[in-house]
Amino acid sequence: MSAVLIRGVLLYGEGDQVDVLVADGQIAEIGPTVKAPKGADVIEAAGQVLLPGLVDLHTHLREPGREYAEDIATGSAAAALGGFTAVFAMANTDPVGDSPVVTDHVWRRGQQVGLVDVHPVGAVTVGLEGAQLTEMGLMAAGTAQVKMFSDDGVCVADPLVMRRALEYAAGLGVLIAQHAEEPRLTVGAVAHEGPNAARLGLAGWPRAAEESIVARDAILARDAGARVHICHASTAGTVEILRWAKQQGISITAEVTPHHLMLDDSRLATYDGRNRVNPPLRESSDAQALRAALAEGVIDCVATDHAPHAAHEKCCEFSAARPGMLGLQTALSVVVAMMVESGLLDWRGVARVMSENPARIAGLDDHGRPLEVGEPANLTVIDPASTWTVAGAMLASRSANTPYEAMTLPATVTATMLRGRITARDGRVIGI
Amino acid sequence: MRHLLSAADLTRDDATAILDNADRFRQALLGREVKKLPTLRGRTIITMFYENSTRTRVSFEVAGKWMSADVINVSSSGSSAAKGESLRDTALTLRAAGADMLIIRHPASGAAQQLAEWTCEADGSGPSVVNAGDGTHEHPTQALLDALTIRQRLGDIEGKRVVVVGDILHSRVARSNVALLDTLGAEVVLVAPPTLLPTGVSDWGHATVSHDLDAELPAADAVMMLRVQAERMNGGFFPSEREYSVRYGLSDRRQAMLPEHAVVLHPGPMLRGMEISFSVPDSSQSAVLQQVSNGVHVRMAVLFHLLVGTDEAVSV
Repeated sequence: MSAVLIRGVLLYGEGDQVDVLVADGQIAEIGPTVKAPKGADVIEAAGQVLLPGLVDLHTHLREPGREYAEDIATGSAAAALGGFTAVFAMANTDPVGDSPVVTDHVWRRGQQVGLVDVHPVGAVTVGLEGAQLTEMGLMAAGTAQVKMFSDDGVCVADPLVMRRALEYAAGLGVLIAQHAEEPRLTVGAVAHEGPNAARLGLAGWPRAAEESIVARDAILARDAGARVHICHASTAGTVEILRWAKQQGISITAEVTPHHLMLDDSRLATYDGRNRVNPPLRESSDAQALRAALAEGVIDCVATDHAPHAAHEKCCEFSAARPGMLGLQTALSVVVAMMVESGLLDWRGVARVMSENPARIAGLDDHGRPLEVGEPANLTVIDPASTWTVAGAMLASRSANTPYEAMTLPATVTATMLRGRITARDGRVIGI
Repeated sequence: MRHLLSAADLTRDDATAILDNADRFRQALLGREVKKLPTLRGRTIITMFYENSTRTRVSFEVAGKWMSADVINVSSSGSSAAKGESLRDTALTLRAAGADMLIIRHPASGAAQQLAEWTCEADGSGPSVVNAGDGTHEHPTQALLDALTIRQRLGDIEGKRVVVVGDILHSRVARSNVALLDTLGAEVVLVAPPTLLPTGVSDWGHATVSHDLDAELPAADAVMMLRVQAERMNGGFFPSEREYSVRYGLSDRRQAMLPEHAVVLHPGPMLRGMEISFSVPDSSQSAVLQQVSNGVHVRMAVLFHLLVGTDEAVSV
């Protein structure tokens, strides 16, 4: 593998321009002027931002089972183009990722594609049915070394099952991630329960369905001495519960999606199925609270909940549309638009919430590392001054269900590097 | 006006013109043995009913036929929908088959609005779409016929106090009525247990909310009883039919609390003995059957407005 010289970048968007030499999969040299070795690939990036490669704790890559909507190759391409070097693929596939056979397949397939480390998330319960714990220990010990378990898509609703899962996972040193949705409070729900959905005649998903589970699981984690991670926090009330739990010293972490940072339920008026997502788009006051919580650290990280669906699953009655939105290629730009341009986060903050914190939460030791000599070269070069206009059909995903269609967003990814190899450059994927 | 998707889309002038024309159609047909006007000759109207309906489907069909339109009925069970065809494809098929108007009743909220978008050609042309009830969203022609009935009984709508009672949460009739009555200057009072009231309902137009029916009746000019579906009880929205009937039913005792001029409405189908007593619908205060016949005339006026235009005067 040839060396790569990244010229003129600002580490974390700070300080003076430096040259960064990458060789043998590592950061080899950082200095004001580094001479390019013979044959080195040079990335001219004067004034651009260098961050550790982005890490996404929450994607749905649909393989195995729904390859018509996405697969590990197309999802990996979207991830690389979006600046990611590691993504976690949820277990709600078909078959479900509830055994080492499936989780090892996902890991190996990701390595074969080679664009991004695809870490499978194991299911907490067999078949996501909420009853019997999966063989977490065997999945953790397999090739994939599964580090995180979740029934995402559905909630581990039974409090006794959740208690046992937390206790058991603590013994393995793995993480349980909860899709917080009390199912009895969301029967038939298709949209946030608020004035907009009420007028539109859409059955409501109350905030309490999320918040009651977050509160319950915080207390269960406290008593089990376990860690718990809350997927896609979506309400202002969840933020307050997280703040309380952290103040108690409970090992709780949480993620927020880009769409919950930017969008709200005023979009529902068109009945466009692309706006259906779970948890639903909330009110603008919730989005504001989520942005503040991310800046403050009450919410630890951004995760996309990248959820591809084919056109026929979205272009239908709103209540029949499958919930979920694309997120991998737009996440960074949305975070820049909502958090950086507003002054809530600087670029070091972006590195924290999109790389360092998610890597730490999941226990990855080779991602989210400092930008220092000797560290693995999992890197993202970002042009903060450029803008782009989103077109679903142009995204690398096999599906096109982006909620940002035709929106012009700030910041583009100039290059992504995985262990020193360029995986995406100037909007093009570079396969192995 | 191209489509009728929501009562909220109607201006006061639109709504008044439709009600005026409905009265003209009623007058024109009064006592006629041959109920046939040539107004919509050569126009093709397709009704798409994905839910059971008697009065709405029949009144649209009668309205179209009395105006000489070709009316074709499609139902979900007898169409390609039963074979798994998407709503969009069915709509595009009916457009291609030459529909000038699509009238849709569908269990999904927003279906009519989506249909209007899907069938709009690149040049902006395409069939008119009429919402004949979409999920728990809206039923604008029901609101128009209710408004017509109130106007006929009370002489005017402006300043009248209309008490709407029942399952507001799941009622498309209530949503459309609140919007239209607000536009026409009525005061609306919504009476229901808190479990059957939508979030944020107190901000709907100038509607006020009450849980006490007895307190609202003496000042009511009109009272509109909504059907309460049995499955709501199983959903735990209220404890029993008996308790619902006692607290929110229009009993003979409650009817006696109404002012003499007040009118009783029900969009149907009624559950006598549940939300309304056996005898109230047959009393002189009841306008239940007048609502049905107004339904035909209002729908004639709606078809006229969408297919001929508001600028044209009705000549009959």
